[in-house]
Amino acid sequence: MMSSKYNKRANNRGFEESRPIEARAGVIKKADGSAMFRIGKTTAYAAVYGPRELHPKHLQDPKTGVLRCNYNMLPFSAEERVRPGPSRRSKEISMVTEKALLPVVNLEDYPNAVVDVFIELTETDAGSRCAGICAASMALADAGITMKDMVSSVSVGVIDHQIVVDLDGEEEHITDMDVADIPLAMVPSTEEITLLQMDGKVGKEELLKALEVAKPVLKRIAELQRKALKEKYKG
Amino acid sequence: MNQDLKTHINDALKKGIRLDGRKKEEFRKIEIQTGVVATAEGSARVKCGDTEVIAGIKLDIGEPYLDSPEDGVMIVGSEMLPLSNPEFEGGPPRIDAIEVARVIDRGIREGKAIDTKNLCIKKGELVWMILIDVLPINHDGNLIDLGGIAALAALKDAKMVEVKDNKPVFGKKTKQSLPILSMPVPVTVVKIGDNLIVDPTDAEEKVLDARLTVSVLEDGTLCALQKAGNASLSVKDINEMIDLALKKSQEIRKKLEEALAK
Repeated sequence: MMSSKYNKRANNRGFEESRPIEARAGVIKKADGSAMFRIGKTTAYAAVYGPRELHPKHLQDPKTGVLRCNYNMLPFSAEERVRPGPSRRSKEISMVTEKALLPVVNLEDYPNAVVDVFIELTETDAGSRCAGICAASMALADAGITMKDMVSSVSVGVIDHQIVVDLDGEEEHITDMDVADIPLAMVPSTEEITLLQMDGKVGKEELLKALEVAKPVLKRIAELQRKALKEKYKG
Repeated sequence: MNQDLKTHINDALKKGIRLDGRKKEEFRKIEIQTGVVATAEGSARVKCGDTEVIAGIKLDIGEPYLDSPEDGVMIVGSEMLPLSNPEFEGGPPRIDAIEVARVIDRGIREGKAIDTKNLCIKKGELVWMILIDVLPINHDGNLIDLGGIAALAALKDAKMVEVKDNKPVFGKKTKQSLPILSMPVPVTVVKIGDNLIVDPTDAEEKVLDARLTVSVLEDGTLCALQKAGNASLSVKDINEMIDLALKKSQEIRKKLEEALAK
């Protein structure tokens, strides 16, 4: 490992330590399934509606259901006001969120139907797509949608060759060192990767190392997601 | 119909061949031509097999973003033109076009291809804006890579324009090039069944299980990644896909440099 100029994190956080996580299931009673997932100062709510009939009808598929995800940041959820309505960024994140969840959802069980997932970020401090995926995965399970496993997600960063789990906004915006931000999602039981993006500079070996470092963190997040779901159905 | 197509493509790939006779790791023949649009400050046309893409650069002077008052602005746009493929319809860009634009943008931005500090006119008030548009004239697959290559060639081709009263004088090109520091080449590796291929055609893209776009700098550093497609990837898959992308990026970089030297 090359020595790094980035040798200390804020609040004495360990390099492989995520910010504090809070997860709750069933937080939106109107929804068929719902969850809240908070990591540090990033908070995502997700609600699942469906399976319900897909309209317009020509979009229906008699062989399988359709998963539709919508990621949205509330206007007050960032430093600058976020203009309401879809942006190019939110559309892309909605798409990668869908792809991150698809491998675990048994959509063949819901022919002609749609499962809608609405993800709203109330406050953000980096890692919002990952928090959204964690919340969405819990909300799908809460809605009783048949799934092969949970999907857990976290971003892993490389700051001047130092691998760092769960970048916060301040770390993401470091300018005097090279910062790579790698949002990841994984199916914990198979360790298959369902979300992989990156911006920033990193060598191939460092990238593979970062994937390894993220694995135990993602498994721990999966446990927290499961625990929150069990909590809801306890007595 | 896609299921039959998929079986067909997959059966052929198992024998190591593709529908157009190429090998799995083979690109179609690439032609890169710069200076193809007179009205643009910079432009390039990339032809690869039946795919043809034009990238054009327009400049403007505007306000910087609040969080980067000393940096010039870069915006990448793309549209799936209905003239380029029977399946496209008019209207605002949909997710396929948005993804193409954003992944090309990510490579150029994160690879620090443009020296944005060099585009500041007055801190916090006026900066140069580099508006890159990547448009398919004929879409037969691999738009991210080919559009990304076209964008790089167009950036290299572009010339600054004269300024009067803090406004650009279009049509009055100077001899000054844009401050380009690096060339992040995007390479997309596609997984169909157990096979990895590069430079997919439209038909191959329709049946892909997963794809990974890797933007690569001169020294082999990676500067952007984007995974897409419905299937997941193992770390072993990711490793092999990046290796293939690294290898192919050298080949493409050579072609790009040759074209720019002309």
